[in-house]
Amino acid sequence: MGYVKKNRDFHQARWDEPFIMEMGNPGERGVLVPQASDEVKKVSGEVSELIPAGLKRKKAPKLPELSQMQVLRHYMRLSQETIGTDINIDIGLGTCTMKYSPKIHEQFVRMEKFQELHPYQDESTVQGILEIMYKDEQYLKAISGMDKVSLQPSGGSQAIFANVQTIRAYFEERGEAEKRDEIITTILSHPANPGTASTLGYKVITLYPDENGLPDIEALKAAVSERTAALMITNPEDTGIYNDRIRQFVDIVHEAGGLCVYDQANLNGVFGLTRAKDAGFDMCHYNLHKSFSSPHGCQGPGAGAQCVSEKLAKYVAAPTVEYDGEKYYLDGDRPKSIGKLRMFYGVPSVLIRAYAYIRTLGADGMKQIAELSILNNNYLIKKLLEIKGLSMPFAEGRFRMEQARLSWQELTEETGVTTDDICRRIVDYGFQDYFTSHHPRVLPEPFTPEPVETYSKDDMDEYAAAFAAIAKEAYSEPELVKGAPYKAALGARIEEECLTEWGKFATTWRAYKKL
Amino acid sequence: MEKTFVHPYMPNSVPEVKQELLDELGVGSVREIYESIIPQELLYKERLDLPEPIRSEYELKKHVSGILNRNVSTEEYTSFLGAGCYKHQIPAVCDEINTRGEFLTAYCGDTYSDHGKMQAIFEYTSMMGELLDADVVSYTTYDAGQSVCSAFRMAVRLQETAGKERSVILVPDTMNPDIYSQAVSYCRNVSEIVKVRHLPETGLMDMEELEALLKNGNAAAVFYENPSYLGFFETQAESIADLTHQYGAVCIAQPQVSALGIMESPMNLGADIVCGDIQPLGMHMQYGGGQAGFIASHQKLEYMEQFPTYMYGIAKTDKADTYGWGRAMNYRCSHGSREKANEYFGTETGLWGITAGVYLASMGPRGMYELGETIMQNLKYLEMRLGEIEGVKANPFGRSNFQEVLVDFSGTGKSVADINKALLEYGIFGGKDVSREFPWLGQCGLYCVSELTSRGEMDALLNALRKITGEREV
Repeated sequence: MGYVKKNRDFHQARWDEPFIMEMGNPGERGVLVPQASDEVKKVSGEVSELIPAGLKRKKAPKLPELSQMQVLRHYMRLSQETIGTDINIDIGLGTCTMKYSPKIHEQFVRMEKFQELHPYQDESTVQGILEIMYKDEQYLKAISGMDKVSLQPSGGSQAIFANVQTIRAYFEERGEAEKRDEIITTILSHPANPGTASTLGYKVITLYPDENGLPDIEALKAAVSERTAALMITNPEDTGIYNDRIRQFVDIVHEAGGLCVYDQANLNGVFGLTRAKDAGFDMCHYNLHKSFSSPHGCQGPGAGAQCVSEKLAKYVAAPTVEYDGEKYYLDGDRPKSIGKLRMFYGVPSVLIRAYAYIRTLGADGMKQIAELSILNNNYLIKKLLEIKGLSMPFAEGRFRMEQARLSWQELTEETGVTTDDICRRIVDYGFQDYFTSHHPRVLPEPFTPEPVETYSKDDMDEYAAAFAAIAKEAYSEPELVKGAPYKAALGARIEEECLTEWGKFATTWRAYKKL
Repeated sequence: MEKTFVHPYMPNSVPEVKQELLDELGVGSVREIYESIIPQELLYKERLDLPEPIRSEYELKKHVSGILNRNVSTEEYTSFLGAGCYKHQIPAVCDEINTRGEFLTAYCGDTYSDHGKMQAIFEYTSMMGELLDADVVSYTTYDAGQSVCSAFRMAVRLQETAGKERSVILVPDTMNPDIYSQAVSYCRNVSEIVKVRHLPETGLMDMEELEALLKNGNAAAVFYENPSYLGFFETQAESIADLTHQYGAVCIAQPQVSALGIMESPMNLGADIVCGDIQPLGMHMQYGGGQAGFIASHQKLEYMEQFPTYMYGIAKTDKADTYGWGRAMNYRCSHGSREKANEYFGTETGLWGITAGVYLASMGPRGMYELGETIMQNLKYLEMRLGEIEGVKANPFGRSNFQEVLVDFSGTGKSVADINKALLEYGIFGGKDVSREFPWLGQCGLYCVSELTSRGEMDALLNALRKITGEREV
């Protein structure tokens, strides 16, 4: 079988690149700007005459002055000091679904016929992009089992926000909005669930895991009441343990008159195996950049999809894309809609990639994503749990879905090396640092891998071998791990208080220089 | 063995490899795994209703390009559309950098794995700080709409923190209607958004009404755009800020970033929070997908604590002259404190922030000046020439404008919709029809130019309009 390079002699590019504000020389230029023609200037006059006196800029902005090659080289070097999914085995960023983003999709989103479209063009001139958006809506209906989809959300969190707005709109129309002011979620659900609920004024009730690592069903029974607006829950949670009582959770909330919202950031493990509808949910959302393969772009742009059942269809974010048998059109005339979430219409580049991805894989391919994600995850867990000091709390012996929350607690107790130390040390082995957990850390010393379907057995073996080597280091030479990284682009450790004390904190170079 | 098809995106779809993994786990099939954890009644027994897969990259390319080729882009037609999304020159270096796989495919890695990304983002905020003359600049938000919404809520929280019950946000009645509706919805449970009327002669904010509303003592903030959504400069910027402060409210301004090479930053005209969109700084329009927002303020703790987004901070290291970067004070964000956070937060628009950094570094102060200069000159030319057409009134308020100007077709007896439809025949996207958004303006289109608009294109528009409105071509 495949050759597995264990413990590579890796070193990240380290350019020790200066700060751009200190580069270049006055007068240098990176790009020239088109100028108005002489005939135009003859009519318009000088800009100094055109701009109102009180609004004229007094001092030119202190932007760097650099020639083009020097700008390019600077940013090329910075890119080399970044570990993207394209160059590493990106299993560590669990919950983020760091799958391969097919390169052919990049050719589509760079077509002039897409990049140079203005959102207010006449609909007759954007039939292509509208067709793609419309078909995405139809495919996502099939995948979720829901009845109406809006592709307006700018990302997963905004899709969750749209779902909370929909909850509000639904109860407002029923005259129950005042009374139903509580939203129930779980501590292992993504922070956007409580975050969006409180942004819209809901009181948040949080369920904690029971001894099996699943949300406590007794706590749910105690929490529901005539004040319950909704349950916002994910399944599986970050632990990867499938909540087999999910239908009961949904029924309990429905009996209390509340709505049930499924956070499906974790779709990768359930594609074609089970749908939001099958568990009785009223709504769900997808992170299209995750499950449907868009590159994550240093945190965006992403895109979200809001999917709802028939009774909530009229509330979804506007506009939706519709088809009248002849042409595709934007339907913004939706009087009960929660309205607009963002400027224009969703994030079309991500929607094109999602379309291409679904068309590439079809029903069997989508299901195979889920199957291989589950298989990979359980294989990787088995390999990782052979490592001394690493354990998987809760539900021992039970298979996980597409990701798992592990814990270095034992290793920390025995060596003093923490998950944060290991997270830095793994960079020395040529991997992206890993996702520990959202805050608060419910499990001690967490580590959350997600080996999606695009990673090979060899990739997983190499990944596990690196952690085995680090654990060995922790037991034999803990200071080595604690002092890491050594081979990363940044060859020094930062003073953490610069990021934790307001007096030492600066978000811009100019502010830093004034500290 | 289960039915599999070997796919290039799934290495373990090779039956032998898959079998090896199954053997390692001691199970006969993946089905066995998931059926042991997902209850039977929840399993989806059917096949997803999706089209059959397209097998090869070549066929996929034919298929997707075939669909996208039905679009007509602004490279084929001349576009006079703006209203929040702008076509500008995009330096090739911007595209080169934002398509680099390392940046394109990185995500939320931190200080040590993604040093270059962290530096690029901090350089972006630092250059924005110079453009805006602001010491604090947030990480990118979804778009200007989100930045405006969050700026409004920041103001309400600032008042709350100061122990004041002030929740009204005063906005110009000429503001971007999409952002207005977004803000009404986003802020509904904490704030009421009240429109201040404009002066009918000039379009500018009615200062008397503003003062009357401020006298109620319930305003958390006053917001203005500069230039306004309708294109004219708000020349009362400083007076608005003074009046706002006199009545204890926060002044929030949304500038157009492409104007800031020639135009004073609102920070220097008394604004406390400045927000907006960076799409003009190197992003293709992408049918509206190139938007990304910013929020900025002075270095004042009470303001900084109200930011709902990530903030990237610079940190000294144990090595001289070497800096690192990290996301800081995360308790402000939902990632840090869930429902106790300022607002919610998620994956925003990092790649566009890095791109805007490349843009600003390429343009420099001279490039930003020339950008503003060319735009103003082109717009003035268009405005003057449009006014020569019978029945067409360009710039009905007679103000000084940036990039966009209202063109009133009421005198031609035709609606903007009719005119735009007719312009398509000439290969022209006419200005945005604002007659539904602002009925009091009559039949107005909002015409937009940029540094890319040539005299020839403007003259072609003028000739087409002459024909459409019944005037003879000259």
